[in-house]
Amino acid sequence: MSIDQTTVVKIAHLARLKIPTEEQKQVAGELNKILEWITQLDEVDVTAVEPMSSVNDVPLRWRDDIVTDGDKMADIMTNAPAKTADFFTVPKVVE
Amino acid sequence: MSDLTDISVTEALVGLAGKKFSAVELAKAHIAAMESARALNAFITETPKLAMKQAIESDARRAAGRAGAMDGIPLGIKDLYCTKDVRTTAASHILGEFTPTYESTVTQKLFDAGCVMLGKTNLDEFAMGSSNITSYFGPAISPWSGKDPVKANRKLVPGGSSGGSSAAVAGRFAMAATGTDTGGSIRQPASFTGIVGMKPTYGRCSRWGIVAFASSLDQAGPMTRTVADAALMLRVMAGFDSKDSTSVDQAVPDFVTALGTSIKGMKIGIPREYRIDGISAEIDNLWQKGAAMLRDAGAEIVEISLPHTKYSLAVYYIIAPAEASSNLARYDGVRYGLRVPGENLINMYENTRAEGFGKEVRRRILIGTYVLSAGYYDAYYLKAQKVRRCIRNDFEEAFKKCDAILTPTAPSTAFAIGEKQDDPIQMYLNDVFTVPLNLVGLPGISVPVGLGSDGLPLGLQLIGRAFDEMTLFKAASALEKAANFNHKPPFMAGT
Repeated sequence: MSIDQTTVVKIAHLARLKIPTEEQKQVAGELNKILEWITQLDEVDVTAVEPMSSVNDVPLRWRDDIVTDGDKMADIMTNAPAKTADFFTVPKVVE
Repeated sequence: MSDLTDISVTEALVGLAGKKFSAVELAKAHIAAMESARALNAFITETPKLAMKQAIESDARRAAGRAGAMDGIPLGIKDLYCTKDVRTTAASHILGEFTPTYESTVTQKLFDAGCVMLGKTNLDEFAMGSSNITSYFGPAISPWSGKDPVKANRKLVPGGSSGGSSAAVAGRFAMAATGTDTGGSIRQPASFTGIVGMKPTYGRCSRWGIVAFASSLDQAGPMTRTVADAALMLRVMAGFDSKDSTSVDQAVPDFVTALGTSIKGMKIGIPREYRIDGISAEIDNLWQKGAAMLRDAGAEIVEISLPHTKYSLAVYYIIAPAEASSNLARYDGVRYGLRVPGENLINMYENTRAEGFGKEVRRRILIGTYVLSAGYYDAYYLKAQKVRRCIRNDFEEAFKKCDAILTPTAPSTAFAIGEKQDDPIQMYLNDVFTVPLNLVGLPGISVPVGLGSDGLPLGLQLIGRAFDEMTLFKAASALEKAANFNHKPPFMAGT
């Protein structure tokens, strides 16, 4: 499973990261080196091993379904790079 | 250097209580030290005005008999903790001038205990690194310099990612500092700079308000000059928080009571597989010396086996980037931070993220996106999660035979800025001894034990059972006492 330039373009787009054409080959090389190093995991027999996604095996806590926070519009807008009144603004998305 | 900047937190609290000096005097001495140490680039943002205000309030509380557990202690806060009304950068360009309107749970707890904030310390961008070199604000520099001819004339790294914190604490311009540890980011810089670094059990400290890197691995912890200070500070930082769903509702013991108690009969495990290829004779000797110190203090040394440890780094470099690629998706230039214009919305996202993230962060986002993408998820991500469980099973078996485990903290002393930068994998290997703990959530502490032949500090790591930091502090305090590490860096602020 080796990454070529097309794959770099694809995953870069999935990650919404612009990678200039002249850098794509180099990036592919770097990623391949890391993935090659990772293939050492193929040595491990994981038949019948359950995947572990968290160190806490306990189910997540429940809490009452009540509002505990809110009314923070001013706080939320404080760091906006561009806004109009109480709205974040972005480039036009609807023609 | 004033006497006030060379004392420990524990000593400072005695001095404050005995009216030998005030919190204002302590803050002033540290602010002057911090300003004199700017060449080390350990702080991204200095907050001297806030520090003075907090120090005045601290003196007032003490006069009124209401002093908290760490009242008046001047700290560096890693710039990954959100601090209300103080710019928080994660050492990334993408956060721009982001200024939180809220306080992280851990910093709030420290302030509630009376701590004084000197400023926000430097780190690797989004805590991704082992050198502090990837910071958008430039590398932090170690107060140490080696006598090795290659290193003597070069600036050394303070380790990473909590490099500004380690440099400031070792260089005597913060009395202690907060760190965060996702793969070794508290313990490795502690080892590189001759200080104590403690990563508690996952779930012990709230992650709320700390910029997320890899949520199943991230933990906050103290960086201090003594084990006693780490015990004191962790007690303040720890505790259940309903705002972090992985925070664990367990009583926080008074860790300080563990210090100096006998370790007679304690079983210390030495994992045979940690003698990895390429470990230097020097590190190996120090490790054996450390084991002998604990044996002389009454512990029993037992050999244990952690056969899957060698896969930890490979597992880590799938899981951490996968979680990071997901966590960092929020930086899109819409709601906060940097925005780079584009002809449409997608272009704006892509331009913002390309310009806002540094090279290492981009590399990890791409790896993470790849291992989570359709067709590769099972081969990489799921496989890594399964090996992760094998690593945990190893530790469970090992802890049937011992109470704590002793290993080196890092495979070498500090390297120079510019070294190991061409090959990411060489850099990743720094964390070979520290990463397994994050994968399984166990607590670990690095204690400075000696100097290498190049004159630079080396630490040893003790690993404990989940939520058994008491045993860890007990063993660490015995190791600290026996090692009697009293070397100081050539650079000490204000001298």
